[in-house]
Amino acid sequence: QSTLVVAEHNNDKLTPITLSAITAATKLGGEVSCLVAGTDCAKVVAEISKVLGVNKVLVAQHDSYKGSLPEELTPLILATQQQFNFTHICAGASAFGKNLLPRVAAKLDVAPISDIIEIQSPDTFVRTIYAGNALSTVRCSESVKVFTVRGTSFEPAAVEGGSATSEDVAPSSPVGISEWVEQNLSKSDRPDLTGAKVVVSGGRGLKSGENFQLLYDLAETMNAAVGASRAAVDAGYVPNDMQVGQTGKIVAPELYIAVGISGAIQHLAGMKDSKTIVAINKDPEAPIFLVADFGLVADLFKAVPEMTAALRK
Amino acid sequence: MSGRVLVGVKRVIDYAVKIRVKPDHSGVVTEGVKHSMNPFCEIAVEEAVKMKEKKLIKEVVAVSCGPQQVQETIRTALAMGADRGIHVEVSAKEYESLGPLQVSKIMAALARKEEAQLVILGKQAIDGDCNQTGQMTAALLDWPQGTFASEVTLEGGHVKVVREIDGGLETIKITTPAVLTADLRLNTPRYATLPNIMKAKKKKIANMKPADLGVELASKLEVLRVDEPPQRQAGVKVESVDDLVGKLKEAGRI
Repeated sequence: QSTLVVAEHNNDKLTPITLSAITAATKLGGEVSCLVAGTDCAKVVAEISKVLGVNKVLVAQHDSYKGSLPEELTPLILATQQQFNFTHICAGASAFGKNLLPRVAAKLDVAPISDIIEIQSPDTFVRTIYAGNALSTVRCSESVKVFTVRGTSFEPAAVEGGSATSEDVAPSSPVGISEWVEQNLSKSDRPDLTGAKVVVSGGRGLKSGENFQLLYDLAETMNAAVGASRAAVDAGYVPNDMQVGQTGKIVAPELYIAVGISGAIQHLAGMKDSKTIVAINKDPEAPIFLVADFGLVADLFKAVPEMTAALRK
Repeated sequence: MSGRVLVGVKRVIDYAVKIRVKPDHSGVVTEGVKHSMNPFCEIAVEEAVKMKEKKLIKEVVAVSCGPQQVQETIRTALAMGADRGIHVEVSAKEYESLGPLQVSKIMAALARKEEAQLVILGKQAIDGDCNQTGQMTAALLDWPQGTFASEVTLEGGHVKVVREIDGGLETIKITTPAVLTADLRLNTPRYATLPNIMKAKKKKIANMKPADLGVELASKLEVLRVDEPPQRQAGVKVESVDDLVGKLKEAGRI
């Protein structure tokens, strides 16, 4: 048994979901190798070499890996697979992993498994279907199992204590059918939505983008990230990368505070694994109260500033 | 670009229906349940039809794989403005194990046969939530992929695609032919008007079998069981903000 984890990084730092993918890989048993492909990724190689559970780091550096284009990374992964014959290939179920691994799988002529939440055995996996309204247990009898890992379902691997060896692999020849132009990442001093211990989310009840300031103020008192429901995104209050839900981000913080969110199925799918859920909504019948540990039926425009004031004390 | 766009459309349980797991854990209840076109596929159809309206392409072909009922979904695409349809017939029994890999093989074979310049699909279907078919179709064709697209601009032999990624947006430029997958913000799909629904009845739907395209349907993924997710218990209602803050402190959350 041997597993390849395709590392997601920005040449400077590893993306946290890769640590969850490494944990999933260690659960399979056998050797765990990580592939770091980038333009100048020595720092990431050093970082991942110390991650507990990683045996070997494979490094491929080339200008064509700029922007992690799947057209360029796929031939590299195929060549690596041909050389090492892994039994499993995985990555985090992020925009990066979801974009890349199906392409790799199709080239290997195997059916991939998306967004797994549990490993029952090296060939049996559990994943959610219908926006989290059902769990599907699937057995894969492909010669190599290709899958992506839901970050909130696997604890991140420890970033200290490992001592992996590193090895250079030859970069694949550039394919040249795609070009990375630019990235516009939302800048924020608040913690990242998927990694934060506390998340405050707003819905249509906020009534405007300006009113999200109430949530930013509350978030600041708890070092929380700020999210939103699809309704708030569709209404144009906030950008889509703040969306929590089946079509947005899946989060599972210790504390999730839903403000002015009714609790559509698609939103619940993105946050119902949070350890403690608080709902603040003026409608006592809102379905969000059916999953909330603590529900406060109140006008959010009064309750949120009050809570911010109480926590600032 | 003056060519043909292939759009994949999938018939799924309507997004508003509450899913019920079958008592024998073999799947979810689909009989007697309202079905519609996968919402992401509607966005894909809309994008293709818009391209045609702007005269950037000549023809939009809507494709669906499945039993007889998927023809309704193809008709919906035709009523939205697709020119013709292709129904790749898969029996109800075979359809149960039909996965994204097999569908990708069908889409890739059709893209070659129809000499398509673009294949546009939804980024995922709301039943299986796999998010694979576009990426795999692109792989099988050795075409570039513009996935999770929120803005698409045709520029000569290139497509500029703005993609939804985890921290924001990313812009890529890919050559054509290419595969695109639609994310939510790409456009707002139109409703089919009654005159267009009537017109769609006259449009042609070709019928073929996967074998006609040289595609084998055997799958190495087997669903062992389908379960209800663990239910979360509703907690308590608190009376005031002070009460709430107190409870959260007690629970050690703040």
